[in-house]
Amino acid sequence: MLILNCPYCGVDAEETELSPGGEAHLKRYGPGSSDADFEDYLFQRENPKGVHFERWRHANGCGKWFHAARCTMTLEVFGTYEAQSLEPPKSIQKAISKKRPGWSWREFS
Amino acid sequence: MKRYSAFAVAREALRFHSGWERAWRSPAPKKKYDVIIIGAGGHGLATAYYLGRNFGIRNVAVIEKGWLGGGNTGRNTTIIRSNYLQDPSAAIYEKARGLYENLSQDLNYNIMFSPRGVMMLAQTQHEVRGYQRTAHANALQGVTTEFIGPQKVKELCPIMNIDGPRYPVLGALWQPRGGTARHDAVAWGYARACSDMGMDIIQKCEVTGVRQSGGKVVGVDTTKGAIDCDKLGVVVAGHSGVLADMAGFRLPIESVALQALVSEPIKPCMDVVVMANTVHGYMSQSDKGEMVIGGGADGYNNYTQRGSFHHVEETVRALVETFPIISRLKMLRWWGGIVDMTGDRSPILSKTPLENCFINCGWGTGGFKAIPGSGWGMAELMAKGHSPLTEGFSLDRFKEGRFIDESVAAGVAH
Ligand SMILES: Cc1cc2nc3c(=O)[nH]c(=O)nc-3n(C[C@H](O)[C@H](O)[C@H](O)COP(=O)(O)OP(=O)(O)OC[C@H]3O[C@@H](n4cnc5c(N)ncnc54)[C@H](O)[C@@H]3O)c2cc1C
Ligand SMILES: [Zn+2]
Repeated sequence: MLILNCPYCGVDAEETELSPGGEAHLKRYGPGSSDADFEDYLFQRENPKGVHFERWRHANGCGKWFHAARCTMTLEVFGTYEAQSLEPPKSIQKAISKKRPGWSWREFS
Repeated sequence: MKRYSAFAVAREALRFHSGWERAWRSPAPKKKYDVIIIGAGGHGLATAYYLGRNFGIRNVAVIEKGWLGGGNTGRNTTIIRSNYLQDPSAAIYEKARGLYENLSQDLNYNIMFSPRGVMMLAQTQHEVRGYQRTAHANALQGVTTEFIGPQKVKELCPIMNIDGPRYPVLGALWQPRGGTARHDAVAWGYARACSDMGMDIIQKCEVTGVRQSGGKVVGVDTTKGAIDCDKLGVVVAGHSGVLADMAGFRLPIESVALQALVSEPIKPCMDVVVMANTVHGYMSQSDKGEMVIGGGADGYNNYTQRGSFHHVEETVRALVETFPIISRLKMLRWWGGIVDMTGDRSPILSKTPLENCFINCGWGTGGFKAIPGSGWGMAELMAKGHSPLTEGFSLDRFKEGRFIDESVAAGVAH
């Protein structure tokens, strides 16, 4: 069972307390953007086998959105961080590098 | 290939079964093929089969990292139906269902197609209207379905509790020629027929790279060395994103776990397939007597072939209310598969940005029923560059907004 630590209320929340919200750090395109940009934003996904960054909501808890760094191949959790972050915190990137040397995800590595 | 027949069974019975052949060869890969298909699931094997049968293209290899049929094709709950809402879906799923009717004869392999009838329960007013609409759409598409009332539901499936406290059964969308088939047999039957045509099925061989030159695909790197090809078909379900990454393009796909489970075998008690989309569960009885149960997919990316326990709990809870008779059954086996979900819940059968590289994926939670039709269309697409069956399912529909929205028809994973 997946257990994620909510970075807001500090609770170790198990899966039924959380709702998954898909890929994190998507760039949201607005009016005037190209079809390709919209396709990217709405549909194209990283879907990696390995290190992944996702949005989760502590739905049956404090109700807040946060981000999680996970491995989709082992279900290992590398860390969670606030939804207001534009990129995963350096500490989490470092923790991932320790376990998955050479990892990359979009522009992060 | 020696044909299977009643006569063959009698002949072998008289000589201690010493005359059966291996169903398919296990050759070492050649240096080059006209066509390489990656993935020996049902869709990959069917694509190869119809390339040979319909287009005479037989210098074909099907490359599989595990064992053939060991992916979702051997993990699904085998529901076959074609009662979808949109025209392109009805066309490809009904083509598949029609091919299933004679597939055992066609392949000379008993795939145990059992058109026992599939009903999708309407348990809210919204569903009643939705399924009535689907029944009308199906009538126009030439797919035989009917909206039936609760009494008919009870007649067809006496073990069902139609007046449950929360979600009484208000009716159902009934497809009398839907049903089930033996999933492994579908893969094995196609594999045997492909091998018989001289195609190479190469198991325990993982594709690790897609080689290209001048924007065209020229071959693949594998754990058994590099293999050249003129055309490449990528048919790897949950691993489509991984292969697309090797080929240098992106996909509108997320891979998630979908689970199923079967009970201990019991006496025959249910001779139809029942799906309950509102409460999220479906059930049928296998020929061995096991109740075959499935429900919803997980909500997050996962490649482990293991899913979340609470989804199984929700499914079983809903089904116990609908079928009180199963409340004391022990569950025997429980497993998961990694399904490839697209944004509009419809598959992708398409050319790709890499020339001569084609992809067939996105069948998600419901592609077993489509295997023959998908193979038929994909083979035509790869041989001729276009196919009426696959036209609507191209990759560029996501850019152009031409969605084939089946999120309602596919309300529950099946
Ligand atoms: C629990 C469950 C229940 C389901 N129930 C139903 C149902 O009732 N009705 C229905 O219609 N559908 C159902 N489905 C969906 C159905 O199983 C799939 O849509 C269908 O089987 C997909 O077939 P495929 O050939 O595309 O994929 P698969 O059978 O998964 O085959 C893909 C193959 O590609 C191979 N592969 C991957 N990467 C590589 C690589 N790098 N190199 C070489 N080979 C590779 C894999 O090993 C695999 O064997 C269900 C699925 C699940 C998981
Ligand atoms: Zn919280």
